Amino acid sequence: MASSTRTEPVVRVDHLRKTYGSVAAADDVSFEVFPAEIFGLLGPNGAGKTTSLECLEGLRRPDSGAMTVMGVDAVREAARLPGLLGVQLQSSGLPDGITVDEAMRLFCAYHRVAPRYDLLEQFGLGDKRRAQFHLLSAGQQRRLALMLAIAPEPKLVILDEPTAGLDVASRAQLHDIMRGLRAKGTTIILSSHDMAEVEQLADRVTILLRGRTVATGTPRELTASGGQLTRITVRTQASSLAGDAVIPNVSQRDVQGEYIIYFSSDVAASIGAILARIAEQGDTLVDLRMERPSLEERFLEITAPGGRQ
Amino acid sequence: MSAFWIHFDIEFRHGLRNRNMLLMNYLFPLGFYVAVGGLMAQLNPYFRPNIVPAMVTFAALAGTALGLPNPLVAARENGVFRSFKVNGVPAASILLIPALSTILHVVVSSTIIAATARPLFHAPVPVDWAGFALFVLLTAFALTGLGLLIGVIAANVRATILWSQLLFLSSILLGGLMVPSGALPPAFRRVGLLLPTSYAVSVYRSLARRSVGSLPLTWSLLVLLSSGTLCFLLAAYLFNWDRQNATRRGHPLMALLALTPYIFGAILL
Repeated sequence: MASSTRTEPVVRVDHLRKTYGSVAAADDVSFEVFPAEIFGLLGPNGAGKTTSLECLEGLRRPDSGAMTVMGVDAVREAARLPGLLGVQLQSSGLPDGITVDEAMRLFCAYHRVAPRYDLLEQFGLGDKRRAQFHLLSAGQQRRLALMLAIAPEPKLVILDEPTAGLDVASRAQLHDIMRGLRAKGTTIILSSHDMAEVEQLADRVTILLRGRTVATGTPRELTASGGQLTRITVRTQASSLAGDAVIPNVSQRDVQGEYIIYFSSDVAASIGAILARIAEQGDTLVDLRMERPSLEERFLEITAPGGRQ
Repeated sequence: MSAFWIHFDIEFRHGLRNRNMLLMNYLFPLGFYVAVGGLMAQLNPYFRPNIVPAMVTFAALAGTALGLPNPLVAARENGVFRSFKVNGVPAASILLIPALSTILHVVVSSTIIAATARPLFHAPVPVDWAGFALFVLLTAFALTGLGLLIGVIAANVRATILWSQLLFLSSILLGGLMVPSGALPPAFRRVGLLLPTSYAVSVYRSLARRSVGSLPLTWSLLVLLSSGTLCFLLAAYLFNWDRQNATRRGHPLMALLALTPYIFGAILL
C-alpha cells in the first residue's frame, strides 16, 4: 500500500473553493493522493466530490485554492491535464453512433498512442467492436469509458461513480480491473457512494461534508476513530452466558435466540472475559464472531447532523 | 493519419450511418429535389433553370440548418463535449469537424443534383463547373456557419428547432428558392436579402451559368464569405463545453452580429 511509503503526492489539493452563485459547492477541500494507491473520495450528495474532481480534471476553474497533478498546476496549466490523467466522468457521454472500435481509435489518436485493441478482450467488449455506443448496456458503456480512460496508460486515473447502476458481476469485474491497475502502479481516485466498495478497495479515504474535508485516513483508521463499538456475537453449548455475567468494556448486551451479542469498546478485554466465563462454567464455545464497525457506520456517524468527526 | 482526420473520418461515416443525419443530408433534400423537379418542371417550365441552384441550395440548407445544430446541442447536453475535453479533443475539432463533414455531404448531394438534373428534368446545368464548385462551397460555407452558430448558442434541442426552422422556412419562401427573388414584391425582396440563399442563387447564375445574377457578383461573394467567416469566429468565441459550466465568453445574442453582412446587403443592394 502506498500509504506506508510516503513519497511525493501525485495529487495535492489545497483549500479548494468553488462556488456557483451564492452556493459553495466546494468550500475548503484539501487532500493528497500518493503513488499507486486507490484513494476514495466519499461524501453525501452535494458534498462537493464531483465539483472537486471536475476542478482537478480541468473541467471547472476553482475560485481559489491550489491543485497540482504530478507537479503540474491544474489551474494555470489545465491544458496539460489530458496528457496526465485518465478520466471516467460520472456523466460520461460518447456520440450515440460511435462504435467501440471508433471510440478507441479516436481517443487514442488524440492521446497520440496506438489504439489498445488488446483491452477490448480484457474488458469483455471483444465481440462488441462494431456495436454503437447507444446499443451497449449500461455496464458495457461503463467498461468502455474506463477502458478509454486507461488506454493511454496514464499514471493517474479518476473514476467518478464507476460502478453506479451496474449489476453484481459487472461491479466485481470493475473491482478486479481497479486492483489490477493499482498492482501495475497506477494511482486511482475513486469517488463512490458505495461504502463497501470503497472500504474493500481504497487504501486511504477522504470524507467531504458540505464542501469541506472532514476526515482523512485509511478505512481502518477512520472506523477506529469513531464512537461505534465492536459487535461480538457468541453462542455456547449450555448457554452459560445467559445470566447476568459482567463482561468488561461492554456497554450493551442483546439476546437473539441462542446468541448473545455484546457491544464492546475493548475487544481483547471483552473476549478474554467471555472465554474465561465459558471455561469457568464448564461450557463449550459453539460460535464466536466479531464485527468491527463498518466504514458505512462511521460515514453515517460523521455525516449525521451534529455528527462526530 | 492525424487525430483530426481520424475524427473527421468517424464523423463523416456517422453522417451516413445515423438515420437522422442521413435524412437531412441526403434523403430529404434529394427526395424533395425529385418531387419538385418532377412536379414543378411540368407545372411551370420557367422553373427549370431554377432547379439546380434552388435544389442545391435547398440541400445545403437541409444539411446545415436542419442537420448540423441538433447533434451539437445534443452532444453538449449529453456530456459528450466533456468527455472530449478530458481526453484532449480541442474545441476547434469539435466545431470544425462536423462543419467540414457537413460541407462534404453537401458537395456530394449537390453533385448528384447537378449530374441528374438534365437527364431527369431537362433542366439547364452549369456551363462553368469550376464556377459551380465555387458556388457550392461558398453556399455550404455560409450556411454551415449559421448552422454551427445555432448549435453553439441554442439552449436546448427545442430552441434549435425554432432557430433552424426560422432560417429554413424564411429561406424557402423569401430566399429565391421556390420563388425567384426578382418576382417578389420589393419589400419582401429586401427582407430576402437578409438570407444567404438570395446571394447564393445569384452567385450560381453569375458563376455557373455565366449569366447575369439578380445581385452584383462581387457583393454577393463578399457577403457570403464574410458572413460565413463571422459565423465561424462567433461560434468559436461563444462555444460552451457543457450545459452547467458557464464557459461561454459572451452573451448568445452576440450571434446576431453574424447578420451584419446581410444587413449591409439589404441596405445597400
